[in-house]
Amino acid sequence: MTIKTYRQTLHDTLRAEMLRDENVFLMGEEIGVFEGSYKITAGLLAEFGDKRVKDTPIAEEGFTGAAIGAAMLGLRPVVEIMTINFSLLALDQIVNHAAKIYGMFGGQAKVPMVIRTPGGGGQQLGATHSQNIELYYAFVPGMKVVAPSTPADAKALLLAAIRDDDPVLFLENLALYNTKGDVPDDDTPAEIGKAKISREGHDLTLIGYSRMAYIAKNVADALSESEGLDIEVIDLMSLRPLDRETIVNSVKKTHAAVVLEDDWLTYGIGAEIAATISDGAFDYLDAPVRRVAMAEVPMPYSKVLESAAMPTNDDVINAIFQTLEAVGRRLKKVGQSHD
Amino acid sequence: MTSDFGSNLLYELATERHDMTLKEFLMTDSALSKTKVAAKKAVAKKAPAKKAVAAKSTVKKVVAKKAPAKKAVAAKPTVKEVTPKKVATKKVDGDQLVSFYRDMMLIRRFEERAARAYTEALIGGYCHLNLGEEATVVGLMSALRETDYLFTNYREHGYAIMRGIDPNRAMAELYGRVDGVSKGWGGSMHMFDMTHRLLGGYGIVGGQLPLATGAALAIQYRGLDEVVMCTMGDGTANIGAFHESLNIAALWNLPVVFVVINNGLGMGTTVAKASAEPEIYKRASAYAMTAERVDGLDPMSVLHAAQRAIASARTGKPYLLEVVCERLRGHSVVDPAKYRSPEDVAQLAKADPVPNLAARLIRDKILTAAEVHQIDEEQTARADAADAFAQASAQPDVSTLFDYNYATPVANDSRRLPGDPLFAVVARPEVSR
Repeated sequence: MTIKTYRQTLHDTLRAEMLRDENVFLMGEEIGVFEGSYKITAGLLAEFGDKRVKDTPIAEEGFTGAAIGAAMLGLRPVVEIMTINFSLLALDQIVNHAAKIYGMFGGQAKVPMVIRTPGGGGQQLGATHSQNIELYYAFVPGMKVVAPSTPADAKALLLAAIRDDDPVLFLENLALYNTKGDVPDDDTPAEIGKAKISREGHDLTLIGYSRMAYIAKNVADALSESEGLDIEVIDLMSLRPLDRETIVNSVKKTHAAVVLEDDWLTYGIGAEIAATISDGAFDYLDAPVRRVAMAEVPMPYSKVLESAAMPTNDDVINAIFQTLEAVGRRLKKVGQSHD
Repeated sequence: MTSDFGSNLLYELATERHDMTLKEFLMTDSALSKTKVAAKKAVAKKAPAKKAVAAKSTVKKVVAKKAPAKKAVAAKPTVKEVTPKKVATKKVDGDQLVSFYRDMMLIRRFEERAARAYTEALIGGYCHLNLGEEATVVGLMSALRETDYLFTNYREHGYAIMRGIDPNRAMAELYGRVDGVSKGWGGSMHMFDMTHRLLGGYGIVGGQLPLATGAALAIQYRGLDEVVMCTMGDGTANIGAFHESLNIAALWNLPVVFVVINNGLGMGTTVAKASAEPEIYKRASAYAMTAERVDGLDPMSVLHAAQRAIASARTGKPYLLEVVCERLRGHSVVDPAKYRSPEDVAQLAKADPVPNLAARLIRDKILTAAEVHQIDEEQTARADAADAFAQASAQPDVSTLFDYNYATPVANDSRRLPGDPLFAVVARPEVSR
């Protein structure tokens, strides 16, 4: 085990995979000479040269599609799209091509590629640079979408994504890049399609992914300390495929669930989780499933408005307390107020 | 109207030529005019009048039109004569023409058979035919090596067959059967065969361009001697992926030939109404890429142009080839093409490359009328056989619906039919609290 940041883990894992397999190469805007907008690829151009680390023109459709074409011939491109907002420029290539080519041609061509891209919010980047639109890709059969919340999971899932023969959208988050954690030294890939129970508990199931899984774990730990609550936390890890069984089994045990998401509420990923719980654990529920999501506005620039629009720890805590109250559980209410 | 597709006219934007003055440019052209006129006559004689876009492309007119636009990049290209590779002897030419005719007739009869099956509702979806494009198809495909790759769009049946795919399997794909080239998953628009290096027909206009660019990148990455050809319609030149892909291909010196099949129409919108620069090959100047326009109704011209383009791409210089041809029918089988005037329709009949080549073969005493007729009969029988094969091929089993969800098996992959529950319904448990 080594303690590393999420950012450093991504860098080290990319480097290790490039050393392991010469078919692995990187493409993206400003990833070489500039070393990446978020410096994930720092030093890799100098080490591997411009064949393996390709700076591209600002042409998301063009270079994402080129990565797909290269993957069809057996290379393993890892594309960096500077933020997930810009992936919209490549939507046709991702949805109509990367996700379709294997099935549409009857399994004759694989597309072993990874699209790394961060979601965000909270950095005063305004409406077009703060979105969390991973749902668009998680909606599409043929895609795999993973969203690690810790450095260790980032390593294991990136290893899995690069070695996978299908197109994988690897969701990062601007707010996670500087977070730290223990990272195993061995190269064991995660199993895509599996959720992780990052904290066991009996009182309520708290579900999230990426930044919201990080928040979920922190809130659950804090409430254990302050309120003596025993909350189970599920980190989805994979948005497609979705590990419905882990979710349903947990809710059957806890009888209550709160879903956290950084995207918009209506039609969001939380809606799919809630529907899953309704379908698989309806009779076990003692309270309605609550969702905590971003306010349904274009993200404002103003710090005050931006903070109001984004889900916070307090929003999560309130939703937990309201849900437990609906269950009929009497709470100690240490510190945190709620209505 | 006469036509000159400038099959020998090559705009090269090599940077060292950028400083050429307009006067020098015109002088160069004047020096070439003799060969141009000769070429023009030859083309005019065998290929009937072209309308719209093609009509604009006489050498003089191009130059005259370009002069006012001198400030633009396109004003500076130099015109250079290309000596077409003279194919050895007349006999070889004759053999090649017969081979072309045989292939063109197969495409013709295959497409007609497909159209019939479509109108009989035996095949579904959309059905875009290569009728009128036969000379273009055989010319382009004859220039590729077996190891080269082809990406194309949804008007692709002829290309699939000319890449070496059994017409039976192509027809079975139209019928959506298990023996189809894409096992019934693709249909008319999405044929694919790795063995014959047809890397897909693509249904989204422009979708294949970034992919082809990437395949060329993979070839370069591995240091191989292969080339990617990427065909598209004239309307595709206006989509963003065209610009992004040509830029990347030229920037990275990728071994790819982009081929615009200009049949003058999008669906019903003319090139002139869709493209600010209707002479599409000139777009290449924006990417410092060599380009050429060729008569797509003459298979030999297409072959030679494709050979030049591929030779260039094989040395890492991507190329834009504009092939001007005709679409004899509507955009797809269901389109009655009411936007065409009776005059246009009459011209189309004269432009038809298949009977024109037949007439030439007989006139030049390469084949007798009886031999030409025999080829027709053979290929009609081939198309009928393909149809019979397709009809006899099995429908896919519904149990295979999820066979191609993912190439790497994955946990929690969804394999539910529409009415299936997410979870088995269980009896209501005792309340535990």
